[in-house]
Amino acid sequence: MSNLVEVRNLKIQATTDAGRLVEIIKGVSLDIADGEIVALIGESGSGKTTLALSLMGHARPGCRIAAGEINVNGKDMAALSEKERAKLRGTDIAYVPQSAAASFNPASTIMEQVIEVTRIHRLMPPEQARKRAVELFRALSLPDPDNIGARYPHQVSGGQLQRLAAAMALIGDPKLVIFDEPTTALDVTTQIDVLKAFKSVMRAGGIAGVYVSHDLAVVAQIADRILVLKGGEVQETGTTAQILSAAQHPYTQELLAAFEPKPRQAQADADAATKPLLSIEGLTAGYGPAKPDGLPLVRAVDSVSLVVEKGRNLGVIGESGCGKSTLARAIAGIHPAAVGEIVFDGKELEPAAGKRSRDQLREMQIVFQYADTALNPAKPVEDIIARPLAFYHGLDKRARSKRVDELLDMVRLPKALRYRHPSELSGGQKQRVNFARALAANPKLIICDEITSALDTVVASAVIELLKELQRELELSYIFISHDLSVVEAICDQIMVMYNGERVEQITPDKVKAPSHPYSKLLFSSVPKLDPTWLDGLVRDPELVSQYGHR
Amino acid sequence: MTTRAAASRRSLLGHSYNLVGVAAALVILAWTLVAIFAPYIIPHPIGDIVDDDYFGPMRQGLWLGSDYLGRDMLSRVLMGARYTVGISLAAVSIACFSGVVLGMIAAVTGGWLDTCLSRFLDAMNSIPSKLFGLVVVAAVGSSIPVLILTLAVIYIPGAYRFARALAVNINTMDFITVARVRGESTAYLIGSEILPNIIRPVLADFGLRFVFIVLLLSGLSFLGLGLQPPLADWGALVRENIGGLPFAAPAVIVPSLAIASLTISVNLLIDNLPQKIRDRDA
Repeated sequence: MSNLVEVRNLKIQATTDAGRLVEIIKGVSLDIADGEIVALIGESGSGKTTLALSLMGHARPGCRIAAGEINVNGKDMAALSEKERAKLRGTDIAYVPQSAAASFNPASTIMEQVIEVTRIHRLMPPEQARKRAVELFRALSLPDPDNIGARYPHQVSGGQLQRLAAAMALIGDPKLVIFDEPTTALDVTTQIDVLKAFKSVMRAGGIAGVYVSHDLAVVAQIADRILVLKGGEVQETGTTAQILSAAQHPYTQELLAAFEPKPRQAQADADAATKPLLSIEGLTAGYGPAKPDGLPLVRAVDSVSLVVEKGRNLGVIGESGCGKSTLARAIAGIHPAAVGEIVFDGKELEPAAGKRSRDQLREMQIVFQYADTALNPAKPVEDIIARPLAFYHGLDKRARSKRVDELLDMVRLPKALRYRHPSELSGGQKQRVNFARALAANPKLIICDEITSALDTVVASAVIELLKELQRELELSYIFISHDLSVVEAICDQIMVMYNGERVEQITPDKVKAPSHPYSKLLFSSVPKLDPTWLDGLVRDPELVSQYGHR
Repeated sequence: MTTRAAASRRSLLGHSYNLVGVAAALVILAWTLVAIFAPYIIPHPIGDIVDDDYFGPMRQGLWLGSDYLGRDMLSRVLMGARYTVGISLAAVSIACFSGVVLGMIAAVTGGWLDTCLSRFLDAMNSIPSKLFGLVVVAAVGSSIPVLILTLAVIYIPGAYRFARALAVNINTMDFITVARVRGESTAYLIGSEILPNIIRPVLADFGLRFVFIVLLLSGLSFLGLGLQPPLADWGALVRENIGGLPFAAPAVIVPSLAIASLTISVNLLIDNLPQKIRDRDA
C-alpha cells in the first residue's frame, strides 16, 4: 500500500432521539501520503470533526461507522476491536483537541500529562520520556523548556497550552497527528507562534497530519492539500495552491469570497459635519474593591475617550483581555464605570443601567457574542422578539405579531421560524434573531460585542452585509467590537485599537495598511493572508513581539 | 443508543416515554382517584366494628381482613389514602411554591437579601426534621392544618436551596443581562426568564419532596403524633396494627405496601418522565 491513510467510501450514521438514522458522512474517500498535511475545511456541521475522529476508529456517542474502510498504516481502524484501537491511539495516531484548556487535567503537572502516553503504552522509561518531552518543548519554541513541565495548566497561557497539547500528541512518535481546530480559540498574535511551531515540528519529523479548521487562511499556511467538506460529502479536493487560485466548486468559491469582504464605500458626506451621538470622556472601569481614590483595583478599561457620530460606525479591535468587552459593558451600564462621562444624544448617562431612563435604555441596545446564551432557550422566537415591543412600545397582541413578521423579514429570516425555539435554529439564524430583538427596541445605537466570532466565515460575512443594509435603512450607528480586523474593516468608519485597557490608536480603514502605533503594526501584520507563503515569509520585529506578544 | 433501549421507549405527541414510567403514573393515578372518591367506594364506614375477631384474615366481604378492633381494613386503607395523599400534596405544594419563589428572588436580587435568606434557611435546615415535627406537634397539638404547615416549613429550606442553585446558573446567562438592561422588573425576570428554564428539575424535585413528606408524615403518625383516631392515615394504620405482626395479619402489611407503592411509583415516574424529542427535521 502506498499511502499512510486510505479511507474508502466511509459512511457514518447517527441516531436521533426519534430513532431516525441520519447520515453524517456520506461516502467519503481520502488519501494521505507519508508526511503530508491534509486540511479538512468546511462550515460547522459539515462533518469535518466526525471524519477526523473516525481516522482513530472513534465515533462520538450516538454515532457509528456504518460502512467503508479506514486504513491507517495498513490496519483497518473500522474493523479493529476497541482494545486494538486503544493500542494504536497515541502511538500511531495522535489527537490535538480544539480547546487545550479543557483537555488538560488542572490537578496534575504538565509534564505528568505529557509523558502519560509513554507510561500507558510502556514506550520508554519515565526518565527518557521527560528528556524527550523537553526536546519537544524546545522544538515547539516554548519558553523555558527545561522547567515548563513542572507547572500546572493554569500557569501557562492559552497559546502555550495548545503547543503543550501538541507535545503530548507527538511524544509517542505518531505517524499521523489530527489537529482539531487548534488555533480557533487563540488571538491572531498568538496563533502565529502556534502555527509556526506546529509547522516546523511536523516538517522536521516527517509526520503526516490532518488539520481541521474553518479558517481558509490558517489552513493555507500549514496544509499541503485541502479537502472541502459540506453536508458530509467532499466538495472539492486539491493542493493548497489549486484550491486557493482555481477553485472549481461554487461552495469553495463562496468560502474564498467570504474571506475578502467588500470594503465599505466611503460615505459621500464624509467631510460634512456630523453630530456626535455618543461621546465618552476618560472612562475607567474595572474589577475588585475600590481603592481610596475611587478607582477599582484592576483597571480593565483605563481612561478611554471616544466619539461615535450619528449614522457612523466605530470599530474597537484588540486581543482577548484588552478590555474591549468591559468597555462595551460599561457603555451599556451592565458594568458601571468607576470614572468617566458618557454623553448619549446630548444627555449625560448614569453609569449604572438601573438608573437610566427607559428611553435611554431603549435607544442603546447591546448584542452579545454567543446567541446561544443570549436567547432564552425556553421561549419561541416570536416571544423573544415581541418582548421589547410590549415593554418599550406597549403594542397590543396583533400589532406585536405584525411587527415580529416585519422584523424577521428585516433580518432575512422566514416568517415560519417564529414558532421555533432557539435550539432549533442554526448559529447564523440565532445571531439574526439576537439582532432582531435589538432592532425591536428602535435603537439609535447598537453595541455589537464580537457578534460574528462564533460564526463560520460565510455566515459571518452574510451577517455583516445585513448589518450594513440595515444601517442604510434605519440610520443606525454601531459600535463594533471584534478581534477580527477584516470584519471591522468591512463595516466601520473609524477603528480604535485597544491594548491593555488603553486606547492605542484611532485610524480610518483606508489607513489600516499603515498604522503608526507599534502595537497596531504587530496586530495588523499578524492577520493571516490567503497566500500559502505568507507564514514562511513573515518577518516580525522581534522587539515588538517581545513587548506586546504573549509568548 | 442501543437497539434495546430504543425498543423500550415509545413515542407519542412528540414525546418519548417508557413503560416503567407509564406503570408508575398509573399507580399514582389510581391512588389519586381513590383519595378523591374514597367515601363513595368504601364497603363499610371506617369506625364500624364488622368482624367478631381482631386481626382477621383476608376473606370474602373483608378483602383485606380486619384491624385490631375488628374494623374493615379495606375501608380504612382507602380512606387513609385521602389523608396521606391530601396532606402531603398540600404540604409539598406550599413548600415548593414558597421555596422556589424565594430561591429565584434571592438568585436574581443577590446582595444582602440573598445572604440573609440563605443563612436563615440554612439554619432552619440544620434542625432535624422529625425532631422539629415532634416539638411543634407537642406544643400546639395535632390537627390537619398544623400538620400541613409543619411539614411545609420543614421542607421549604431544601426547595429554596435547590431552586436557588438552579436559578444562579441561569442568572449568569446573557439573556438575563439583556432583560436587565432592557429595564425589566424582578417579577418578570423570575417568572418569564428563569422559571421556564428550571421548571423541569423543579417538578422532579417536587415529586421527590412529596415522597419525603409522605414518609415523614407516616413516621409522625407511627409515633402517634400525626392524625388522631378515629381518623387514620397509612402511617397511623401501621402503628395501630403493629400488634398484628406476630400473627402475620394483613392489617399491618397492607398499609405498609400502600406507602411503598406510592413512594416508589413517584420515584420511578420522576426517573422516567417523558422526554421531548429534539429532532429538527422529523
